[in-house]
Amino acid sequence: MKHKQTDAGNLQEKDSYHQYTHKKKVVILVLAFLIVLLAIAAVNAGSFNLNPLQVIQSLLGKGSDASSVVIWQIRMPRILAAITAGAGLAVAGCVMQNNLRNPLAAPDTLGVSHAAAFGANIAIIVLGAGSISSTSTDAVTINNPYLVTLCAFACSMAATLVILLLARIRGFSPEAMILAGVALNSLFMAGTILIQYFASDVQVAAAVFWTFGDLGRVAWREVLILACLVIFAFIYFLFKRWDYNALDSGEETAKSLGVNVKRVRQGGMFVSALIASVAVSFLGIIGFVGLIAPQIMRRIIGGDHRYLIPASALMGSVLMLFSDTIARTMVAPVVLPVGAITSFFGAPLFLYLLVRGYQRR
Amino acid sequence: MILSVKGLAFQYPSREVLQDINFTVAKGDFLAILGVNGAGKSTLLKCLNKVLSPHAGTVFIREEDTGKLSRRELAKRIGYVAQRQEGAFATVFDAVLLGRKPYIQWEASQKDLEITRKALKSLDLEGYALRYLNELSGGEQQKVVIARALAQEPELLLLDEPTSSLDLKNQLEVAKIVRNVVQDNQMCAVVTMHDLNLAIRYANKFLLLKNGVIFAAGGLEVMTPENIESVYAVSVKIKEIEDIPVVVPV
Ligand SMILES: Nc1ncnc2c1ncn2[C@@H]1O[C@H](COP(=O)(O)OP(=O)(O)OP(=O)(O)O)[C@@H](O)[C@H]1O
Ligand SMILES: [Mg+2]
Repeated sequence: MKHKQTDAGNLQEKDSYHQYTHKKKVVILVLAFLIVLLAIAAVNAGSFNLNPLQVIQSLLGKGSDASSVVIWQIRMPRILAAITAGAGLAVAGCVMQNNLRNPLAAPDTLGVSHAAAFGANIAIIVLGAGSISSTSTDAVTINNPYLVTLCAFACSMAATLVILLLARIRGFSPEAMILAGVALNSLFMAGTILIQYFASDVQVAAAVFWTFGDLGRVAWREVLILACLVIFAFIYFLFKRWDYNALDSGEETAKSLGVNVKRVRQGGMFVSALIASVAVSFLGIIGFVGLIAPQIMRRIIGGDHRYLIPASALMGSVLMLFSDTIARTMVAPVVLPVGAITSFFGAPLFLYLLVRGYQRR
Repeated sequence: MILSVKGLAFQYPSREVLQDINFTVAKGDFLAILGVNGAGKSTLLKCLNKVLSPHAGTVFIREEDTGKLSRRELAKRIGYVAQRQEGAFATVFDAVLLGRKPYIQWEASQKDLEITRKALKSLDLEGYALRYLNELSGGEQQKVVIARALAQEPELLLLDEPTSSLDLKNQLEVAKIVRNVVQDNQMCAVVTMHDLNLAIRYANKFLLLKNGVIFAAGGLEVMTPENIESVYAVSVKIKEIEDIPVVVPV
């Protein structure tokens, strides 16, 4: 195109767009910094009293045996689990909201959470993986966590694959996918209720307890698995960020811009559901972060996925780490369910942002 | 020949819309597709860039079968503006930058930003660069998506009623911009329109669509009162006012 242009106007505009993207980058940096601060606070907080010096010594491998165990085997995996699970659920939610063109979509929209809960119930009640044993923190423990995790994961992936298969065969629209998710959710919920109805009190208690999300369930191995998956997903989503931007302007426009809409949706939803499945299988149900973190960031830095994806991830980590630290310390030594705390702090923040409206520029 | 369409047919599950459509568009051509509501104009445009897959026939763009080109390759050659816009939550600049999507591998280059600015400039939108799309008027949004299509640097522009929500001045401006861009860059444009006067004034080729088939196609000579009357079922006269042909219903 040969259109004459004046350099002055051009330059000015260049600067303002530069400034505009610069601000988004600053927000992302601030969030990253916040995570570091929260992590420092979290590693110092807990029912086992350690002063900052002891913490630093343990981190450097020079602390006493007890403090080393507390730091390296309990607090660090937990903090990393919060960061990775928060980030994973948030990016998954961000992509789901885009792919399904629905602001209410979350990583578990396709029925993952209830399917996982159903699987866990089968493991605990039918296969006998749950029992009572009193410890100071948990009234109920699950004596075969691997079986529970496995069953939960198997069921949640089954739900995902069923929906994606239906979508493939019938070319499901976003609305149909969401409704199919709702249908599967209620199906699994019904299954869970039936199983619980015929179970003993103890078994039901163990099963219900499982559904309260808890970051304390993971050790290094699970954290590593989760982290690998989240990093992979994050990179995958970043590669697709322009496709997601194009999808925001409608399916037909996206196609005309060279996006293979079906394939992008299938990939996005599969990876999102995978994250949600793994997270829920390891940690129990932690729902709200995936819905709210991307929505919060959308309101602060806008809908451009180049920035929205990293910002959502960081916001998810911030919310999760903050909530988990509160959950651990508020009525220590009892650990409150982190899912509830996340909603407790996330919901008011979200309502505030809703009322305030979108941030401009 | 930039675009040539051979034996194209399309049907929605419940109704047949297009049958045996054949036409060609050459370099520098501005083809206006005319017809009543529901004649199949939008469907035809969507079949040209594979937004919809035709059930029969082939579409060639510069001798290449579009059926064999990937969407990305197609998007480098064909820019498309839909009849209805779905408001994305994005700034005008980012919306136009999206036109560079087929070319972007990982991140937008300086060249992409430069082309985006040019496209904004050509539609007088520089002042809007950082405004949000959903806060623009219908006509302003329309100009943004046209700018996005220009940013694709396509050989063929498909515009579905690009002037429908523009004011008188902008209708003329946008039609003129499209015509100039097409002529300056040796591209071509296929534009659906309802305003016959605008079509006659800026287009050089016309395609009258009636009940899913081509009723008449060609240069200005097909825009006769008789043809228009049989397509639109309204009797018209064509008068010249200061050398500009004007269609007047009588
Ligand atoms: N998704 C769809 N499913 C079924 N039928 C459709 C669909 N979209 C359009 N049609 C029908 O196909 C025919 C052609 O539609 P099309 O949108 O191409 O018309 P048009 O010429 O663009 O009309 P307008 O001037 O009102 O934009 C119409 O009869 C319409 O009802
Ligand atoms: Mg139409």
